[in-house]
Amino acid sequence: MELTSQFIQLIFSGLTIGSIYALIAIGFVIIYNITGLLNLAQGDFAMLGALTCISFVNMGFPLIIAIAVSVVIVTIIGGLFERLAIYPARNSSTATLLIITIGAAFVFRGISILIWGTQPLALRPFSGNQNINFLDATIQPQSLWAIGISLLSLAVLYYFFNKTYLGKAVTACVVNRFAARLMGISPQKMSFWAVSISAGLGALAGIVIAPISGASYDMGIMIGLKAFIAAVIGGLSNAPAAIAGAFLIGILESFTEGYLSSGYKDAISFTLLLIVLFFMPNGLFSKVSGKRV
Amino acid sequence: MLVVDNLHTYHGYLHVLKGIHFEIKQGEIFAMVGSNGAGKSTLLGTIAGIYKPRSGTIVFENEEISYGKVEKIVEKGICLVPERRQIFDDLSVKDNLLLGSYHRYKNDKKSVMEDFEQVLDFFPKLKTMLDRPGGLLSGGEQQMVAIGRGLMAKPKLMMLDEPSLGLAPLIVKDIMNILKQMKKTFGTTILLIEQNVKAALQIADHACVLDRGEIVIQGKASDLLEDEKIKDTYLGISKKERLKL
Repeated sequence: MELTSQFIQLIFSGLTIGSIYALIAIGFVIIYNITGLLNLAQGDFAMLGALTCISFVNMGFPLIIAIAVSVVIVTIIGGLFERLAIYPARNSSTATLLIITIGAAFVFRGISILIWGTQPLALRPFSGNQNINFLDATIQPQSLWAIGISLLSLAVLYYFFNKTYLGKAVTACVVNRFAARLMGISPQKMSFWAVSISAGLGALAGIVIAPISGASYDMGIMIGLKAFIAAVIGGLSNAPAAIAGAFLIGILESFTEGYLSSGYKDAISFTLLLIVLFFMPNGLFSKVSGKRV
Repeated sequence: MLVVDNLHTYHGYLHVLKGIHFEIKQGEIFAMVGSNGAGKSTLLGTIAGIYKPRSGTIVFENEEISYGKVEKIVEKGICLVPERRQIFDDLSVKDNLLLGSYHRYKNDKKSVMEDFEQVLDFFPKLKTMLDRPGGLLSGGEQQMVAIGRGLMAKPKLMMLDEPSLGLAPLIVKDIMNILKQMKKTFGTTILLIEQNVKAALQIADHACVLDRGEIVIQGKASDLLEDEKIKDTYLGISKKERLKL
């Protein structure tokens, strides 16, 4: 029983962290496909979301309102970031844009140090500290929140991209940017929405994980990198594959932590990234690609 | 309807279009033929707003559009059906068609749906495959989707970039018939770019030959079909061979 309970526990903590990576990885995929841009400030939206939310809770706002307001604020920050930093440089080379996003990430971190300091802050769990016992495994209720909220957001995203006209227009941009432009779909407008929505998703991810791992100005670096690995494992152009990649990374990390040592977990993720890039550069789940012309 | 005057377009240092002048009249099919690298696609791209011209003017319905944005030009009623069809592989045929009317969907959903029915009546074959992803269709079917998607924009002028590319000869014939029908049914003016010179000249009213960035011959399509120089260069029938026949 000891082994199974440990196994279940590790699966749950893997799914929890995986669902966080998934929310951020989707942001990578959406932005990359619409604008051709790798937004390396993606993880920092999670940090901004978490810290903003903590501030609102400390001011005495109810949790749910604090969450909603912080997500909205970070979405707006994302929109501003797109208009002020990406849009003016939209005709520059990919490398320039990449460096701009790295610069933006430093700016976000710097501003956070000024506002919140360097000490990690805590957010209280959404529904108490009472752990749940499931087949002898101890599961934090916050884990269920994290998995639930990310699954719900993924469902909403699925609905948006597959069932609404605007969502299909965004998908069209992802599938074939050139043709979408010929239909009168403005890539600049789509880029604005893509970055804003991704920022909002990132914020949500940061808020959900904050009660488990705490929140500090530099939390975005690792979360962002891991989500990036997930997106690359998925091939960078395929949202469902990125989600699968995110859960894979999450579970792999939690098993490494549980059965080997927590010191190895980052090494394992990065090794996986290298292996995928060496042997399957189109992503772990890529089909043999062939297109009719 | 469309007047292009003294148009120069560069790709970097490369002078691609060297002073193009031509005029398209309302309701006609205008064919532009020429070999690879003559600048045909660049010309369409310049009219559509993808490339910015260095100098010259493009006037559409008495309004200059030379430096307009792609989205604005689509709204004015010019649509480009691009080379290699470029349909949305992962989206269904229905979504592909509906996205063609992106610029007017928000304000005028009802008329978009009416046009959708009309386009389906025009391409009955597509009715049977509305839910299929565009990427799984055959080349000819994809071309129908691409043209149908163009029609959904309700264009006054439709520009087609090599619609016959990579299609079997019989299907090329179908596509050309479709264009002729389209002119009749929807009253769409058509600017057709083709390497398949014979097929294009047969359905066109007026035509011109583009060679290395310049228009070298211009006139009625039927006259061009009889032109010795065109026969020699583009139809692959030299005088000697014809004498033998």
